[in-house]
Amino acid sequence: MQREQTPLRRIAADFARSKLALAGLGMLALILLVALFAPLVSPQNPYDLAQLDVLDARLPPGSRSESGLTFWLGSDGQGRDILSGIFYGLRISLTVGVASTLCAVIIGLAVGLAAAYFGGRTDGVIMRLVDIQLSFPSILIALVLLALLGQGIGKTIFALIMVQWAYYARTVRGTALIERKKAYIEAAICLALPPARIVFRHLLPNCLPPLFVIATVQVAAAIALEATLSYLGIGVPITEPSLGLLIKNGFDYMLSGKYWISFFPGVALLLTIVSINLVADQLRDVLNPRLQK
Amino acid sequence: MTEPALRVEDLRTHFHARQGIVKAVEDVSFSVAPGKILGLVGESGSGKSVTGFSIIGLVDPPGRVVAGRILLGGRNLLGLAPEEMRRIRGNRIAMIFQDPMMTLNPVLRIDTQMIEAVQAHADVGRATARERARNALARVGIASPDERLLAYPHQFSGGMRQRVAIAIALLNKPELIIADEPTTALDVTIQGQILFEMQKLARESGTALIWITHDLSVIAGLADEISVMYAGRIVEQGSVDQVLDAPLHPYTQGLIASVPSRNRRGEPLQQIPGMTPSLLDPAPGCAFRERCARADSTCADDPPMSSPVAGRQVRCFHPLTA
Amino acid sequence: MAAFIIRRLLQSVLVLGFMSLLVFVGVYAIGNPVDILISPQADQADMARAIAALGLDQPLWQQYLIFLKQALSGDLGRSFAYSIPAIQLILERIPATLELALTATGIAVLLGIPLGLWAGLAPDSWPGKLIMTGSILGFSLPTFWVGLMLIMLFAVELGWLPSGGRGPTTELFGIPVSFLSWEGIRHLILPAVNLALFKLALIIRLARAGTREALLQDYVKFARAKGLSEARVVCVHVAKNIMIPIVTVIGLEFGSVIAFAVVTESIFAWPGMGKLLIDSINVLDRPVIVAYLMVIVSLFILINLAVDIIYSLLDPRVRIGEAKT
Repeated sequence: MQREQTPLRRIAADFARSKLALAGLGMLALILLVALFAPLVSPQNPYDLAQLDVLDARLPPGSRSESGLTFWLGSDGQGRDILSGIFYGLRISLTVGVASTLCAVIIGLAVGLAAAYFGGRTDGVIMRLVDIQLSFPSILIALVLLALLGQGIGKTIFALIMVQWAYYARTVRGTALIERKKAYIEAAICLALPPARIVFRHLLPNCLPPLFVIATVQVAAAIALEATLSYLGIGVPITEPSLGLLIKNGFDYMLSGKYWISFFPGVALLLTIVSINLVADQLRDVLNPRLQK
Repeated sequence: MTEPALRVEDLRTHFHARQGIVKAVEDVSFSVAPGKILGLVGESGSGKSVTGFSIIGLVDPPGRVVAGRILLGGRNLLGLAPEEMRRIRGNRIAMIFQDPMMTLNPVLRIDTQMIEAVQAHADVGRATARERARNALARVGIASPDERLLAYPHQFSGGMRQRVAIAIALLNKPELIIADEPTTALDVTIQGQILFEMQKLARESGTALIWITHDLSVIAGLADEISVMYAGRIVEQGSVDQVLDAPLHPYTQGLIASVPSRNRRGEPLQQIPGMTPSLLDPAPGCAFRERCARADSTCADDPPMSSPVAGRQVRCFHPLTA
Repeated sequence: MAAFIIRRLLQSVLVLGFMSLLVFVGVYAIGNPVDILISPQADQADMARAIAALGLDQPLWQQYLIFLKQALSGDLGRSFAYSIPAIQLILERIPATLELALTATGIAVLLGIPLGLWAGLAPDSWPGKLIMTGSILGFSLPTFWVGLMLIMLFAVELGWLPSGGRGPTTELFGIPVSFLSWEGIRHLILPAVNLALFKLALIIRLARAGTREALLQDYVKFARAKGLSEARVVCVHVAKNIMIPIVTVIGLEFGSVIAFAVVTESIFAWPGMGKLLIDSINVLDRPVIVAYLMVIVSLFILINLAVDIIYSLLDPRVRIGEAKT
């Protein structure tokens, strides 16, 4: 026998087997840190109008501002440092992506477990709803909700929750139904354990790994969808620009050859999505016992 | 002696897996005469199917024929260009597979699957090809073949599908048919009919037939010659009557004893102790010695093929003679 | 077959009815319908007249019946911005969106199936790996981001193609289309490629997985044992089997292509109904939003119906199964 391995240590070891996934994890960690400490690492506070100078507007990457600051990635139409804008934009993009996914996971868990536990008509009604919702593309649902509700960070998060919850509900119900049929749950029911105990101690823990994997992928999808909605001008408001909105703001300049205003926020968005996907892919392989060789 | 339809000499087919080399077929030699039926018998994993696929040149990667000669009408098939080999497959050598439910393409009509097999080898029009397909179906006892040509495989029963597969094998009048357990998945009554028809077809058309099976009772009524395979090697071969009546190899004896028989009703069925050895990097020596009551220290060497009785061959240091 | 289609039609009507209820609840019950359906510029008298006309003083279930009756007669309100019936506005934009969506689907199919087959036949070769990596990127990159990159590269840097707009159209059976003139095609290329990318990635994956599975099947080995050429084995025996899931997905995803056209049309200023939706959202032209919703839901239902019918034509097993029951 080898030295005792905690599940967490095994997962970490399996995860580290892929260099690409490790690189993704490193990149993701860097992005998270930058977003978390944006006020400390940004050369400029992009929302402090006192620090902006119209004379600095649309300077190409590497230029120096009137006050002697270097715009490593250039400046936008208001003379704002693109790099600082990206750092602050990352915060908003990540907040919306993570918050909406978390809430959707919790709702999906509750609904999915309820459907699996109660079965019968409850299950039928819930799953019908889920099926109908999933037959429409997520972007359409988000568009319609935001069209009716209007702009706003809270509203965007709400729309993204509404888009996502059905996936989780279906996944959780599927896993829970499989678990429910297993002998240990039958035994627990025979022992007349209280339903809450069966659901939370037995069903819930088994539903978590697949849910975790889907949620990681979905964070990336949520960030991409938020960026798309903000790019269309119906997501976050202009006062709190996410990466998507930064890209939109630079679009018109791009057509006249000033690529950097849109391009660099776009690169940041790309790196965020790709690094999350790399991590999620490896997590899926590690957490899925069937795929283990 | 007539020239054999097929002669296999020292065939070796190995699978290069990540864990090492699996020697699925080792030093296999046999021959089949036109119109004769050779039974190739062995347990699952003994290499009998791989032998069949080696002959027709369809060993799945990572498997590869690494040595030997496969002579069809005197010409070595190994080393033929892929296009030359394609022209032989389905034309001079045909094959029938084990599971009739899986061998026909579910989304293509029967006529499509038969006509393409004709046109792959003969420069004939659709009408001629269709006529041949119709006749082949009629020959294997399928009623109203014209109608049946327009059907899809799922409209047929398992036995009917195997008849279609046999009809396809017969389309181009091959010199050799390799049948890989073609009746294993069928009901016993259907199995009987198909065995009977195959035997008749082989005799009438002079086609040589290699019948791969694990079922000795099938071979007993069907084949002329028998080759018993164990762990990738042929351990015994000879005429069916001789081998089944007086086996020379302890493994053959074990196989025969484990078949239920009316003559021995009431006696406990015997089974061969132990398990088939792994073919992954096997140790030298007789592969059967771990399970053999007659084994001694000499069996740690590879036993050569010997011929203690005229016309028969056995790979054993201690054959069951006399 | 007829019974099957009739049953599916009845189901579709039910779903449509349900969706109209949802849209009604979304528009009338959640928000204040006065705000949503009556132009903010209307004066008091106008508003009172409109409230009476829309039946907003009636109980909710009666309002739904009125909404349903008007919707069935094709009346989904007038656009505030254009002062013409919203439904007419949408219908005028449908050809542009359909042309874009169909072209994109065509690109995805024509490139995706051969690439997926290739990747499935040689999964360990470098082209196979390259194709798979590309399809992973196609999945994870946001459509609008790729669209921007296309504009930056082909319109701004290289100047080969226009950055937006539809360009001149030609009448075909009274419908304006782009693909009949070179200038129209030039305008169509970038948006169509942009819209195609996601589906292309999807089809590549499906085709690759299907190919790899089909290659393991006995019927492929049997086809080879018949002495068929490799081309025939791949192009007939493998391809026909992978077509069933692919056609299903293409059909099911056609609705989502139309939905994602909203993004592509906005980026490339393509005058379809998706761009109309975004423009309407930005000027709060709510009757148009409601009309768009009802039209797209109907489209979805039609598409699903068509897919079921095509599917039954492609897979003999399904067709026969339906005929028996």
